[in-house]
Amino acid sequence: MKKINRRNWLAAAGATTAAVGVTGLTGTTLFGQEATPAGKHNYNFKNLSPRELIQRRHLPNVELITQDNKKVHFYTDLVKDKRVVIQFMFARCKDICPIITHNLVEVQRLLKGRVGSDIFFYSITLSPEEDSPRDLKAFAKKHGVGSGWTFLTGKPDDILLLRKSLGFFYNNPKEDADRNNHSGMVVVGTEPLMRWAMCQGGAAPDWIATVIQTEADAPLTGSVDGIKQADLAVRMKGPVNGMKQPGPAAHVHK
Amino acid sequence: MAHFSKRNRRREREIQQALNNRLELVKAGFTRRDLMKMGLMTGAGVLIPKLGLTHAYGQYNHDHGSGCDLGNSPQPAQVFVDPMPIPPELPARTLTDPGLTFGAAPMICPNNAPNPNNGNLPFEGRGQFNGLVRAGSDCFQFFNQYPPQKYFVERIRANSNFRITSDTNIPAQLIWGFNLGGTASSDVATFPGPTIVSHYQEPWLIRRFNELPTQSQNGGFGVPEMSTHLHNFHSAPESDGGPCRWFFRGQYFDYYFTAQQAGFASTHQPNGDINESLSTMWYHDHRIDHTAENTYKGLEGFHLIFNQFDTGNETTGFRLPSYPQFDIPIILNDKLIDPDTGKICFDTFNFKGLLGDVQLANGIVQPYFNVSKRRYRFRVLNGGPSRFYELFLTDPLSPSTQIPFWVVANDGNLLPTPIQVTSFRLSVAERYDIIIDFNQVKNLIGSHTKVRLENRLEQDDGQGPTCNVLAAGDSKGAYCVEFRVGSAVTDNSVDPATHPVFYQLPSVITPRITRNFEFDRDNGQWVINNRFANCNELRFTVTQNSAENWVLTNPRNDWQHPIHVHLEEHQILSRINDGGHHSSRSGSYYDPSRDCNFGGGGGGISTTRPGVPNVEVSRKDVTRLQFDEDATLFFRFRDFQGDWPMHCHNTVHEDHAMMLLFQVQPNVIDNNQNP
Repeated sequence: MKKINRRNWLAAAGATTAAVGVTGLTGTTLFGQEATPAGKHNYNFKNLSPRELIQRRHLPNVELITQDNKKVHFYTDLVKDKRVVIQFMFARCKDICPIITHNLVEVQRLLKGRVGSDIFFYSITLSPEEDSPRDLKAFAKKHGVGSGWTFLTGKPDDILLLRKSLGFFYNNPKEDADRNNHSGMVVVGTEPLMRWAMCQGGAAPDWIATVIQTEADAPLTGSVDGIKQADLAVRMKGPVNGMKQPGPAAHVHK
Repeated sequence: MAHFSKRNRRREREIQQALNNRLELVKAGFTRRDLMKMGLMTGAGVLIPKLGLTHAYGQYNHDHGSGCDLGNSPQPAQVFVDPMPIPPELPARTLTDPGLTFGAAPMICPNNAPNPNNGNLPFEGRGQFNGLVRAGSDCFQFFNQYPPQKYFVERIRANSNFRITSDTNIPAQLIWGFNLGGTASSDVATFPGPTIVSHYQEPWLIRRFNELPTQSQNGGFGVPEMSTHLHNFHSAPESDGGPCRWFFRGQYFDYYFTAQQAGFASTHQPNGDINESLSTMWYHDHRIDHTAENTYKGLEGFHLIFNQFDTGNETTGFRLPSYPQFDIPIILNDKLIDPDTGKICFDTFNFKGLLGDVQLANGIVQPYFNVSKRRYRFRVLNGGPSRFYELFLTDPLSPSTQIPFWVVANDGNLLPTPIQVTSFRLSVAERYDIIIDFNQVKNLIGSHTKVRLENRLEQDDGQGPTCNVLAAGDSKGAYCVEFRVGSAVTDNSVDPATHPVFYQLPSVITPRITRNFEFDRDNGQWVINNRFANCNELRFTVTQNSAENWVLTNPRNDWQHPIHVHLEEHQILSRINDGGHHSSRSGSYYDPSRDCNFGGGGGGISTTRPGVPNVEVSRKDVTRLQFDEDATLFFRFRDFQGDWPMHCHNTVHEDHAMMLLFQVQPNVIDNNQNP
């Protein structure tokens, strides 16, 4: 953890420069109302890059431990300069986690060697108190997880911070406390491009794979976007060229 | 799951939040003593701000301490100092225009020839699905029967010098938007985009170029893959601008429209049913998973369509106030501004919905608009991303004065006859055309000269409104526009008080089938009938040229959803509060104190359509799905074949999977009632 000074505390706590903080902390007025005296609007905006702002607010550099007992830092080791797929689980989860893990194993297969090469999968435990690296390793093995997919645990406070920073929480605290109701969302991100999306871990694997691939259409370097015609042949065959026709209703799970 | 009363639930959240804030601070290395020294914590360990540090007014999107959050946005020093701009009209172009000769002239099937200057991507993005070419797909339907008579060009560009206020303390913003179609760099993108004006029975084609910068130059949010939806036109999938048909930088995309009313190839050949005429539409980005950030970035504009009755000339037809002088589009958006940088910010990790605390009208913070003492038609659009509005006219010097006005159209569809109201409720993407008679307003406000369009609907988070309509002039509401009433001028427009007759409602017939759709949340993901958006899957098939009823259900009372269906409009047959009959997958949340849905704004509730406000006895393309509600909608699906979406138009919910695709095909019978 870097040393705290007033400035980065303000950033961390979401408060603002003193001038803005005054209205933010004491007022209930939300919007601009009547004409207010000029003068207090000397905001001293900083020239922070948008990428740095995203890192500060959403990608904390907390220390985590992999299923192989290796210490890593979330931002600098796992996310920075990478295409990533991130979700939360816990080893004893009986309902949603096995389904999502099963789906993502299928996605890993559909992505044909890209996982671990230019796309990295991370599963972070919601139960750091009970999930040891060994438990996570056993979970991965049980589900047939391939290489390029890292399972992570850490200090409970760090995991909580990470979960909230990545948006995996509910407004209602009771809902939020119910682990079995935890978010099945899967974050798909390309950190250097400031490109972030979410897909649904319970969705059909071919669609998750499509989302991950289309998110990867923006090249990390160069000026032309999109898939070149020459690349079309190596893209996943199947639904994109032969859409599934409607069938009887089938629940995603349960 | 426990039931909370509203107050208790809020209190619970506050407690949890204060705890979270403390944890954050402690985590950040502060001791209690440091905080007390800084005056942020009392001796009892209670953080001073009432609703928590990161939430000046109780938004719960970011417990982790984002600076980009409600209550934190720097506001301009003064409001009502900038005039409300009116977007320019998009000029028509000829086929010799460089925009229309680039690659190839517009043609019936997509120009998928590779462009060597753009990495051999096809010149045109039409015919792509999920970013891949589907050879032979997406040729224009009915192109030869109704060849285009009018051509437009728009170039989607970035503009890093866009100002939302004249206050230079707030810096210029980076927006993405639509330009007037020219090649010159001086033809910059604006927000809102140019207003496109077209006329029924004059088929048109618009070519859009994606000239956005690379992904890494997005300024923190936005994905430069475009699909521009014309919201509510009766369009074929290839021209609809749906979620799965995006095009890349360096490509263009031709959108073609028959300009015929619905029914033109079925019930009312060859020009359609006059009673299906539309008037106020809008266009916006619809790229799946990224619509919220892209529209937030500025990719929104108006599209108006006139005909022989709604002429734009107050001396002819229905004699509605003349366009453009007295017929004014207003798009409302709420934004967040980053307190660290002064730039518009967007949280791409939020899946619940996003509220802003900087209120824009036509892209400007709380502007004023000079009006003459006569009737005006305002076309009010909620441009999102998530807020619900209930809009009133308020005299700021006498807030208790009730100021009536007239609703003439809902979602751009002229009502059978005008309805007098004192308010209307507007969820994302809904439009209300209203007529305000400033001569009568002036009689009510006496010597005062200003009235303001005020949003009085309370909303605490991005999921939906509370039950509270705030008092007029309450500081928590937002004044959106200030109208300054000047002197009288000639007014040839129709007086709504004379009950002029516009279009009749199309007949409601016995549906072939009734289908049910439950809009819920499942493990934090927004679902329709427990399933997610998926471009690779068509959920069900509607038989072409048949009628259906769709029952939309919201089993919860802590969020609402504006549900939008492409291709055809619908009529709301009933709105029934289900009294907790449905329970959500995540528990029963029924709370009778939340049975507080829109009461009609003074226009009354229908005597023939249960629970439906009179202003909603109309054709609609967005239905606000309210707390614990079953809304029954009637549709006809005509003319075109192909696939279209139904989705929540809270753009954040839309991007987090509250969407499905259906298709319309001839001679297919699909009797799935819960698709």
